[in-house]
Amino acid sequence: MSFEPKIIAFCCHWCSYAAADLAGAARMQYPHNVRIIRLMCSGMMHPEFVLDALSQGADGVMVLGCHLDECRYREGNYRALDRSDMVVELLEDFGYEPERFNLTWVSSQESDKFVKAVTEMTARIKKLGPANGIQG
Amino acid sequence: MTLSEVTDIAGRAGNFTVTVKEAPRYVDMEKCIGCGDCTEKCPKQIDSEYDAETVKRRAIYVKYLQAVPLKYQIDPEACIRLQNTGTCGACEEVCDAGAINFDDTEKIHRIDVGAVVLAPGFEVFDPTDSGVWGYGTFPNVITSLQFERYLSASGSAKGYLVRPSDSKAVKKIAFLQCVGSRDENLCGNGYCSSVCCMSAIKEAVIAKEHSPGLQTSIFYMDMRTHGKEFDQYMECARETSGVRFVRCRVNGVEEDGTCDDLRLSYINEEGLQVEEVYDMVVLSVGLQTPKHALELAHNADIKLTGDNFAATSDFAPVQTSRAGIFTCGSFAGPKNISQSVTSGSAAAAAVSDLLASARFELSVGASFPDEKDVSADESRIGVFLCHCGSNIAGVVDVEALEEYTATLPDVVYVEQNLFSCSQDSQDMIVERIQEQNLNRIVVAACSPRTHEPLFRKTLKAAGLNEYLVEMANIRNQNSWVHTADPDAATSKAKDLVRMAVARVTCSDSLKSISVPITQKGLVIGGGTAGMIAALNMAEQGFEVHLVEKTDILGGNALNLKHTWSGQHVPTEVAKLVDKVVWHEKIVVHREFEVTAAEGFVGNFKSTLTRRDGLKRTIEHGAGIIATGAEQYIPQEYNYESITRVVTSVQFDKLYELNEVHVRRAKNFVFIQCVGSREENNMYCSKVCCTHSVQSAIGLKKENPNRNVYILYRDMRTYGQREALYKQARKLGIVFINYELHGKPNVIENGQVIDVEVWDHILHRPLKLEADMVILAIAIRPMSDASTLSKLYKVPLGSDGFFQEAHAKFRPVDFSVDGMFVAGLAHFPKSIEESVSQALAASSRAVTLLSKKEVSLDGVTAIVDEQNCDGCALCVDVCPYNAITLVDRIADDPDAGILIRVNKAQCKGCGICQGSCPKRGVHIAGFTMEQISAQIRAALAV
Repeated sequence: MSFEPKIIAFCCHWCSYAAADLAGAARMQYPHNVRIIRLMCSGMMHPEFVLDALSQGADGVMVLGCHLDECRYREGNYRALDRSDMVVELLEDFGYEPERFNLTWVSSQESDKFVKAVTEMTARIKKLGPANGIQG
Repeated sequence: MTLSEVTDIAGRAGNFTVTVKEAPRYVDMEKCIGCGDCTEKCPKQIDSEYDAETVKRRAIYVKYLQAVPLKYQIDPEACIRLQNTGTCGACEEVCDAGAINFDDTEKIHRIDVGAVVLAPGFEVFDPTDSGVWGYGTFPNVITSLQFERYLSASGSAKGYLVRPSDSKAVKKIAFLQCVGSRDENLCGNGYCSSVCCMSAIKEAVIAKEHSPGLQTSIFYMDMRTHGKEFDQYMECARETSGVRFVRCRVNGVEEDGTCDDLRLSYINEEGLQVEEVYDMVVLSVGLQTPKHALELAHNADIKLTGDNFAATSDFAPVQTSRAGIFTCGSFAGPKNISQSVTSGSAAAAAVSDLLASARFELSVGASFPDEKDVSADESRIGVFLCHCGSNIAGVVDVEALEEYTATLPDVVYVEQNLFSCSQDSQDMIVERIQEQNLNRIVVAACSPRTHEPLFRKTLKAAGLNEYLVEMANIRNQNSWVHTADPDAATSKAKDLVRMAVARVTCSDSLKSISVPITQKGLVIGGGTAGMIAALNMAEQGFEVHLVEKTDILGGNALNLKHTWSGQHVPTEVAKLVDKVVWHEKIVVHREFEVTAAEGFVGNFKSTLTRRDGLKRTIEHGAGIIATGAEQYIPQEYNYESITRVVTSVQFDKLYELNEVHVRRAKNFVFIQCVGSREENNMYCSKVCCTHSVQSAIGLKKENPNRNVYILYRDMRTYGQREALYKQARKLGIVFINYELHGKPNVIENGQVIDVEVWDHILHRPLKLEADMVILAIAIRPMSDASTLSKLYKVPLGSDGFFQEAHAKFRPVDFSVDGMFVAGLAHFPKSIEESVSQALAASSRAVTLLSKKEVSLDGVTAIVDEQNCDGCALCVDVCPYNAITLVDRIADDPDAGILIRVNKAQCKGCGICQGSCPKRGVHIAGFTMEQISAQIRAALAV
């Protein structure tokens, strides 16, 4: 059987989560590998969840937030952006490929962008193979 | 009430009877769940109005997927069954909810109301009949509205820019401005539609983002980007995005050969005849009042202007000619989104003023049983699995899902529902909670964004805390997007239910907290905006403190003589001052300034200080900043050295006094944009074009032998003000265009002033001998705006004016709850717009003040006192200043410090939680534990 990765996607309630709902309403189809966890803001996302997820068997982690300057809470997505560098460094320290983490901006209307992001992420992780970090 | 129109309004203000004709929908709104199965089966296709005829829709349809209410309707003209009884009926067969009703009939309703707001909106001009632009003949000539749909990801082209005739990728687009605006010959609409310049620029920029390398040209007469930050946007479009701007009215579009390309011929700014070929031409179609709105105006018996917009006054811009009937949006003249939203709130304020005595008379509060304390109980989770007709059950194996769900820890009850959201299912869930003693609920159905509020209410009805429910989104994010792979969808549904169960297990009962409100308002600034806001709040019964820095009320309006429509400003301002001063609910604090402020929404405390040091402390629930603006003092055009070079405000006074220089002068030169739209002040002061034109008309009318010149960059007599521009040209006032790089030179030459400017029509320098030069000076933000900005923690924009929370949808709110903005403090604007904004700010403030307490969502930050060590990382990142550092034990600094969260200020964004290295703060409802549990559960198999 081919490798079916498990990907955790943290979605902001106000943008990407709504875009995912809209993708459904428009019956757009995308790979079934992504499990969405709804947050109120991409800035709520704690960096430790990325390692948590990977060490427990996830093959990739996505954070999908509002476009810069469109954050409902003013600058939560800037915080998510700040932290993403740190996350990538952490991943490398623990022996994971940085491509296993992805940060994308998707507005509530951009169902196409949401679909594109999860489709591309799934393809990317399929190519990388199962996550296998130092602790993995 | 959708599909309804008003056919009659009888009675008078405070006591109307409105007759409403409701057309049949043929779909039962109570039963329709918006799944869309009907539309898929409907065999009849017609042009979609929403998509501006760029795609087809079915006879049973919703206009677009985000429509509210998301309920389908049948178009009786297109429906095969409704046209021929006994035929088709495909939708009825496929609707599991049984919502189709072909026997639906028209209904007449009579409703008693105290006030009416007319907001029928606008339609775009249809260029088909005018012929010259080739619209309807050449497939690649489209309207700006159609282009909007082409750019949209949900439109027919899915956001890819291909042209309609042959799906060729578009490389060159021309935008033609003023199609159906500023044009009495071809369309009869002499006014300016106000919004099309900005929307064309936006469309050009977005199109370039979609297709790199795309060439976009905008052909225009005057670039009217007079809104807040619009000029900056235009400059950015020109400089960064590379949008080309051509000042020229193109009078026709021709087909170039047989390849569907389009040819434009025009005369460029050098006076040369040019021909260019484009792949696509977008017509920036103007706004006009639709026929049904004209009928509505007739039925409502209100007056219209010559341009067919609702007639209003500048000092009461939402009041129609009939008392008790108000208006908002583009029905009272072309408006952009933020102006429309503002006028909507303003109409609400005017209605509240009229009906203040009846406030809350008809409101009924919901009552719920007492909440059971389940904190010490073992988790007993009930899971309800929704079929959503066949929307879920047609893909997901719900039997297998039920079997699996029953094996999950703490799950004691599982049940399938045909529609979990239907009323009978709600009642059943309440019964099950009681009968099975359930204390946590999971509903596996659609999206929590749409349905969580419903299920929260169900829990409340069952005596459970409303936060003990969790939804698993197995429709929008599962069955609908994995239709072709039922096995994967079933397996994903199991994961999603498992995640929801894991999360709800860690959920706690949350209390939404109530904060009492001081039912008083504070208005800072006693100009037009401040007085209007104060008066409206006071008329609604709330005590208002009005703070004015100077010793006189009136503000900048004291310098003005007439509004653009000719109303006498001093008379109106005097009336206003009189009402404010004598109003028993308004306390005016003259010569006071705010010097300190503390508190938060509903509970502010502001300190006012007089010049002599006298202090007053005001407690208030809401605040409005209406501090106005200042005049720019020119450094240019030898204003300092030549006495007969004056500012527009000075000129008005001299003119009024019939001063000898004005009286004797024969040649007048107005220079526009003095201090506006350049370098560090890249914004338009918005009112100066109209003001100069009005002054010029006055001079010319008084003595037709006078020569009056207006040197301008773009004439921005937007909206119905265009009539003034037209009148000025008719009277022989000479308009000469200049560019920023070729500003006029003003030199004193004995008894006259020489004004040199480049003439774009004659293509040579021109020297005007003026007796008087009038500088249309910019409006500048108050120099002390930053003080107030710091006191109330409300931001200033890059221009130095106060920054609203959202440019379009929250135009008078600050991001700080309970604080609002109106008038020139926000951005240069006319009196009519200031009044509208002031009413809107009052409306927003009163929405708050009319409650005794404000109930805040339970999803807020909670401090874990064990883990928090007071590192203050969260204090720095909190966007609402809701977190402060305090002593762990009061007055004992040795015990260390920790953070405290002000729940009234916290909005539950969780940026603190994401930043905390020690798990010292978390968001109730989204705790680290809950999120971890979800991750664990997602990966458990």
